[in-house]
Amino acid sequence: MTESNLFEQQAANRRRSTWLTVGFVAFTGWIGFGGDWGLYLLTRDAVEGYRHVVPGIGAVFTAIAGAVAWHAWARGPEQVLKSAAALELLEAASPDQMRLNNVVEEMAIASGLPKPRVWIIPDSDPNAFSTGQDPSRAHVAVTDGLLRALDRDELQAVIAHEMAHIRNYDIRLLTLLAGMVGAIVLLSDLCRNFLRFGGRVGGRRSGKRDANPVAIVVLTVWLITLLVAPIVSRMMAMAVSRKREFLADATGAQLTRNPEALARALEKLDGASAATRSITKGTAHMCIVDPAERRLHGGLGDRFASHPPIGERVRRLRAMAFAPAA
Amino acid sequence: MGMLIVLGILVVAVFWAIGAYNGLIALKNRVLNAWKQIDVQLKRRHDLIPNLIETVKGAMSFERETLEAVISARNKAIGAQGVAATAKAEGELSQALGRLFALSENYPDLKATGNVAQLQEELTSTENKIAFARQLYNDEATLYNTKQLQFPTNLIAGIANASPAELWAIEDAAERAVPKVDLGFNKPPTA
Repeated sequence: MTESNLFEQQAANRRRSTWLTVGFVAFTGWIGFGGDWGLYLLTRDAVEGYRHVVPGIGAVFTAIAGAVAWHAWARGPEQVLKSAAALELLEAASPDQMRLNNVVEEMAIASGLPKPRVWIIPDSDPNAFSTGQDPSRAHVAVTDGLLRALDRDELQAVIAHEMAHIRNYDIRLLTLLAGMVGAIVLLSDLCRNFLRFGGRVGGRRSGKRDANPVAIVVLTVWLITLLVAPIVSRMMAMAVSRKREFLADATGAQLTRNPEALARALEKLDGASAATRSITKGTAHMCIVDPAERRLHGGLGDRFASHPPIGERVRRLRAMAFAPAA
Repeated sequence: MGMLIVLGILVVAVFWAIGAYNGLIALKNRVLNAWKQIDVQLKRRHDLIPNLIETVKGAMSFERETLEAVISARNKAIGAQGVAATAKAEGELSQALGRLFALSENYPDLKATGNVAQLQEELTSTENKIAFARQLYNDEATLYNTKQLQFPTNLIAGIANASPAELWAIEDAAERAVPKVDLGFNKPPTA
């Protein structure tokens, strides 16, 4: 019964994040090609003069977005680790580090994946994240504070959560999403500057003849989308990230078969109120708990949060546990 | 026209059969690989035990029976063949080790030496790795067993030479009651 709950949760999470990702790509496509479509409708019936048939805006946008996303893809993991000042754990120097190394090995076995590279962030606030392109090139990073705050079972639960991100290819998805958001923000800025300049030039042409009403609607909608694109794209990325957190909690619990330990670990991490200073804003959505100082709960705050409320995560984990761990 | 439809159905059927066959072979190899993972961890445990005995021998010399039980359980486990027999022998070894650990709690000076704390962490981790490798093996084996019995893949199972993989069951009632032998070692090492 509990098992089916867990697998149902996984399936539901996967479906939702698939749709969100599809929506994200469609949104990006609309930003690129919507303008082309509007201009095409507007100039389709023109007897003479310019007819917009080549989707130039879309082509340029796709190229720029592709370049930005590729850069985030190829260099992202390296930059994330570097910005957090993480040090790779090669030779365990203390009992804590030995334990961490062993726990990562254990979870790699449980998930049937190669052991990821292990990094330690010199920060006293407990937090952890994973990054990388795919399971064979994955990294797990934890803070000093995490090693000190958690017992063995809780550490295992946190590492299982990170291994779940790796196994579910969240590390890839989140790296790509960060790239896409970056590209959209860049393009939106570019367009706004272009329109401010181009609007004056185009103004003279209008009034010559009645424009196609459909074209006007399409172009208006496109312009409005451009203006709100940075906000909407960030909200969508955060929504994907929140769903993946639930999924990673569920998969992590499947690996350790001990959801209670993760629930306890999350409560401990939530209780540590200080911000994880060494983790920058761009990496926030990769961490096991939001590294920001204090989180806004409810309403709009939750829309922009990279993580679901801890209380909700703990509640779902406890619902999976058949009995409190001995 | 009718010929074409029959031919089309035949082509689809052949492609499906190839896919199902390859799927079963892939699953079978995953089961074999998971079994190898258990093997690796069991070997590691067997290698660690002489070390452990050597370290605690001095302080616990009058617990000779317990020490000897561990050694003989280890030797029996090394010789075991097949899933069921290995599972049984390893279960006994886990129990023997559990008794040794429980007794070692009575020797505080033993725990005080860093060497023992390190060995304990290693053994705890190895026990966990065995448990997780076993879990992975059972999950993969269940997936494989389910697939080869489900319709329509079961039509191909004979051709792919698929037979149900044996699950690693815990034979011993005592071990089932206390699935973790590392109780009390979950605390971070004190050294």
